[in-house]
Amino acid sequence: MERRRSPLLITVLCLGIAFLYLPMVVLVAYSFNASALASVWGGFSTQWYGELLHNRQILSAAGLSLEVAALASTGALLLGTLAAVALVRFPRFRGRLLLTGMVNAPLVMPEIITGITQLLLFVSMLQLLGWPSRGMTTIVLAHVAFCTAYVTVTVQSRLATADRSLEEAAMDLGATPLQAFVDVTLPIIAPALLSSWLLSFTLSLDDLVISSFVSGPRSSTLPMVIYSKVKLGVSPDINALASLIILLVGACVLAAGYWLRRAERVRELEAAVAAG
Amino acid sequence: MTAAAGRSAGGGRRGLAGVVDRHGRWLIILPPLLFLLVFFLIPFGYALKISFAEAALRIPPFSDVASVSADHKLHLTLSLANYRYLLTDEVYAVSYLYSIKTAFFSTLLCLLIGYPMAYAMARASKATQGILMLVIILPFWTSFLLRVYALEGIIRDQGLLNTLLLWLGVIHQPLKIMHTTFAVYLGIVYSYLPFMVLPLYATLEKLDRTLLEAASDLGSRPWQAFLDVTLPLSMPGVIAGSMLVFIPAIGEYVIPALLGGPDNLMIGRVLWDEFFGNHDWPVAAAVAIAFLLLLAGPIAVHQHYRVRQLEP
Repeated sequence: MERRRSPLLITVLCLGIAFLYLPMVVLVAYSFNASALASVWGGFSTQWYGELLHNRQILSAAGLSLEVAALASTGALLLGTLAAVALVRFPRFRGRLLLTGMVNAPLVMPEIITGITQLLLFVSMLQLLGWPSRGMTTIVLAHVAFCTAYVTVTVQSRLATADRSLEEAAMDLGATPLQAFVDVTLPIIAPALLSSWLLSFTLSLDDLVISSFVSGPRSSTLPMVIYSKVKLGVSPDINALASLIILLVGACVLAAGYWLRRAERVRELEAAVAAG
Repeated sequence: MTAAAGRSAGGGRRGLAGVVDRHGRWLIILPPLLFLLVFFLIPFGYALKISFAEAALRIPPFSDVASVSADHKLHLTLSLANYRYLLTDEVYAVSYLYSIKTAFFSTLLCLLIGYPMAYAMARASKATQGILMLVIILPFWTSFLLRVYALEGIIRDQGLLNTLLLWLGVIHQPLKIMHTTFAVYLGIVYSYLPFMVLPLYATLEKLDRTLLEAASDLGSRPWQAFLDVTLPLSMPGVIAGSMLVFIPAIGEYVIPALLGGPDNLMIGRVLWDEFFGNHDWPVAAAVAIAFLLLLAGPIAVHQHYRVRQLEP
């Protein structure tokens, strides 16, 4: 496209980006407000962060959410990678269309529908099999289901472009198929694995709707606690908590992005050296 | 991709597909297939079943659809009452139409704001494009719920916007933005703008620049060239972005519940209230099934374009 600068376009772009970031910047700024009244600036203070450390409800919800996110993203990484391998490497098998549909549908399904249907399943399962009782188990199972979809789609596109001949060369040199996959292809798709694990982790950590449906009476995740507080209005300790989450997630994503770019460059360099 | 995989599976017996062999490969296929079957697909079957049940005062709160009597005969008690109820109580039709309307206009707003943004991004230098991509993607990673909450901090009666405008003397009474339809639109645009910008940018960035030069050589004015060349060629991005905004917006719960007022009855909110407020599970299941059927159209459009995009 023509590289002509149009002041109007650049203005719209800058305004759009400002629109995306301004509310978050304001939120972080207000989390350091000494005054509990959101409209008054009462000086700089970190007291709301200190109060978070004494809020048992928030701490236990945060613990539950982190545990759920770690379990769900790891489970989804395993299942999603298997599904991606199946879809990329096996062109024909019974159930391929079904699997394709089931890894794509959760991406567009409204969460509220997924949540209701999964709750109905869990209730019926509990009645018939005596398992799983609603709580952490059901939240993890529900999160694995939708995170698997995101992992599959991410890994699938990376795996489709990975060079198969390297794996074949490894097998010519005596590696078993599993060895060839683990030693050759796995490092190539590692960036996709990391980014899809991170994506699953953040999606699970952020999920409100599905968790609200499938959780039990005494298992509230962090978004559920935040939502019930936010519905009552703005509160300074939620400002602090929200800022903490936004900054932490932002820092992790930037660090991962930096690492992925470097890994990509090293690979390109290696390929260039090998070719030269 | 398919051709290459097919060759090695069928002919050379090489690669994972060949050697793990016909039965071994089920070890790879079955775990995700079975998991998603049990925890994603079968639940829809259950919802369908329960939508034919009747609400009952028991745990779980609905009647049995299928029962086996003493003489080992299966009895099906299908009740269409829930679906009939959806048609007679107008709140469902109204909220569904209202959701479509809200999703449609917020998608349009996203397109109007997102298109120039994506266009400006595609025109930037390569290094700037990389940074801009990151800047647009980053909000997508940060918590959706917290971003809606952050927006509330701006538009509340005592929020930043009103404080600023009052201080400047532009207004003398705080503007009522929270709990209005406008707040819902603002929330959806704010939350889903990145979903619109990214696919648009992807198509605009790939656009062949020589076509625009050709149009200009043939005497087209820049604006004319945009309408004749750029806009038609960016249609896949327009459709992909629109579907990525429209589909989640239609089922949105958090935004209308937090930012909207009592009139902003979107279908997600009705479903939530039916479930947690009225505890009428069979009606909620019927609403979910009906909602899903009505969403089938837009989802099919989305999948069609997604599959076409994946093909080189």
